[in-house]
Amino acid sequence: MEKPSRALQTLNVVAAILMLAAIGLVFFYAPEELVMGQVQRIFYFHVSSAWVGFLAFFVTVVAGVLYLRSGKMLWDRVGSASVEVGLLFSISAGVAGAIWARPIWNTWWTWDPRLTTYTIMALIYIAYLMLRQGIEDPDRRARFAAVYGIVGFISVPITYMSIRWWRTIHPVVIGVASADAKGQFAMTSPMLVTFLFSLFAFTVLYFCFLFNRLRLSRLEERVEQLKAELAAA
Amino acid sequence: MIQTRSLRKSFGLRPVLRGVDLEVAPGECLALVGPNGAGKTTLLRILATLTKPTAGLVRVAGLPLPAAAGEVRRRLGVVAHHTLLYSDLTADENLQFYAHMYALIGAGPRIVAVLEQVGLAARRHDLVRTFSRGMQQRLAIARALLHDPEVLMFDEPYTGLDPQAADMLDQVLVAARQGGRTTLLTTHDLTRALALADRVAILARGIIVFSAACRGLDPRGFGETYAAAVASVGAFNPTGALPSPERTLRS
Amino acid sequence: MPTESAPAPAQPRATALPMASASARLRHYGRSVGAVLWKDLSAELRSKELISAMLVFALLVILIFNFALELDRTGRENVAAGILWVTTAFTGTLGLNRSLAQEKDRGSLDGLLLAPVDRSALYFGKALGNLLFILTIQVIMLPVFTVLFDVNMVQPMLLLVVVLGAVGYSAVGTLLASLAVHSRSRDVMLPILLFPVALPVLVSAVRATGGVLTAAAWDQIYPWLNLLLVYDVIFVAMAFMVFDFVVEE
Repeated sequence: MEKPSRALQTLNVVAAILMLAAIGLVFFYAPEELVMGQVQRIFYFHVSSAWVGFLAFFVTVVAGVLYLRSGKMLWDRVGSASVEVGLLFSISAGVAGAIWARPIWNTWWTWDPRLTTYTIMALIYIAYLMLRQGIEDPDRRARFAAVYGIVGFISVPITYMSIRWWRTIHPVVIGVASADAKGQFAMTSPMLVTFLFSLFAFTVLYFCFLFNRLRLSRLEERVEQLKAELAAA
Repeated sequence: MIQTRSLRKSFGLRPVLRGVDLEVAPGECLALVGPNGAGKTTLLRILATLTKPTAGLVRVAGLPLPAAAGEVRRRLGVVAHHTLLYSDLTADENLQFYAHMYALIGAGPRIVAVLEQVGLAARRHDLVRTFSRGMQQRLAIARALLHDPEVLMFDEPYTGLDPQAADMLDQVLVAARQGGRTTLLTTHDLTRALALADRVAILARGIIVFSAACRGLDPRGFGETYAAAVASVGAFNPTGALPSPERTLRS
Repeated sequence: MPTESAPAPAQPRATALPMASASARLRHYGRSVGAVLWKDLSAELRSKELISAMLVFALLVILIFNFALELDRTGRENVAAGILWVTTAFTGTLGLNRSLAQEKDRGSLDGLLLAPVDRSALYFGKALGNLLFILTIQVIMLPVFTVLFDVNMVQPMLLLVVVLGAVGYSAVGTLLASLAVHSRSRDVMLPILLFPVALPVLVSAVRATGGVLTAAAWDQIYPWLNLLLVYDVIFVAMAFMVFDFVVEE
């Protein structure tokens, strides 16, 4: 079995180091928040995961467009890998958010716009994967996945707008707060540093997972090829 | 006219056509025969602009594919595996529909004429679901002829026809060829192929293993020739390399 | 064995529209869309297969909702709005699925693809057909709602909401149905693909319908109509651009 390339091995190590550093910053450097207490620390992981979820979806759409224009299967593999990684981060973001919400809002879940839209985005991810599973022909699978990725991506902002015109209780950390927002807090400078560093570390982790997944795809294809040759002999 | 050079088509990792060289001169009729799974339908679909080739050159009616697919479609008439007819509409309505799709104006008389040509004029206003298989096949040919195409393609048109219907189809095919149309026909029926066509080619395992003019061939002996040609590519070679020249029969 | 037939008499030829000018191409495009639409409508008028199935299904769904939800005096209008659009969503997927599955199973999709016309014309023809089927069911349902739920649903403003919503739903639905029809478990694949993406239509349509039924102020209803319109335009345009990739092999 071919070993991962030098570059990938380096990326793995770098990602691990950054994540450890981020965890260190979150727990030891960032100060404890006045109102929410220790549980607020989960905010760093929660938002970073959510951000990666969006990034992954964006990468999938771009890969889809590139596939449709060039016909290169590489882009299809990128799109598919990105959805899987993105789904992973989205679910973590959801779980982290629930853990944070329980002590603060006294509920595990709420149907506010951001959360609802995010859930719908995750459902589109899942639908994407199910569509791929249901089609055998590789070329058609790639084309259809690309098309659905684009359709899904465009629908998300509109979905957000439509749900937003209802009440919101999601904390608005950055940006204008709506009248009903609860659970807000202002960020001090060490918090900001920790936050930005977490974002960065998670992004690197995303790429680390993505490239590892791509490598796995290549190996899977190689196995398929070998199977086809064996079956024919 | 139809022309392919080194035509390849793979579905993912599975090669179906592995370097097909084919040539049908203007006005000629080529019969393409071969075992199931040889790639005949895939080849026809590529020539009919329904699928794109993975590699190689394709020209139909003098135009390159897939680049000029739109233009080629106007000059192409296809009788496919499925009848492409709508069973809840009448024969006339089906032809009206396709007349619109092919941008024909004043199609009324033309519709009557093609129906007469295939012997279905009397059933013009009957629902297609009331037609027998043979009649549906004839209507499918009428549909293919409606826009007066330069090139005609038939994918196993004799499947499911009784001998009488098959004979009638023969006559329709011969009449359809008039007017200098180029014709390509795939079939399992070797005898009819030799009787109808100008040239015959055998496709096996994704390559052409035999190609000759029908005039010089003995219909009775052709069965053996066919079996030998198909057997010559028996061993499946997954790398897609062609079998060595001495093992294929060429005229 | 075929014999030499007598030379065929001179065949009348139908003239094909020359495709040189842009206006001729446009006219052909329009005629093709019309032809596909007319074909679907005619076939359906004869067999009535689709409409009857959709209608019965819609009535059954309404019946189930009637027993599942309590409709007391207050809030009845909003609940009725919700039921209307949920029923539309489910019935719509039924229609969308069958409309495209028929083409694929009978192999007549190839017939459409062989025609020398832009692929998007096939999309528009199909989408318009689906739109008309969904609208027909909804128009029949409105008086049924009025009678069963004691809510006046026969209002002109409501028709506007219904049309805007149905357009959005059919536009996206036809596109996604042409994806779903090629996959395994196609019947369940369409709702899975469609519902997350069509959500803005359902949300906006329900709100707008509720607003109309409760006689809310115009500036409460207007934003939802606006959103529906935006959605319709965006997704029709997107389907137009992307449909080629769906049907071309």
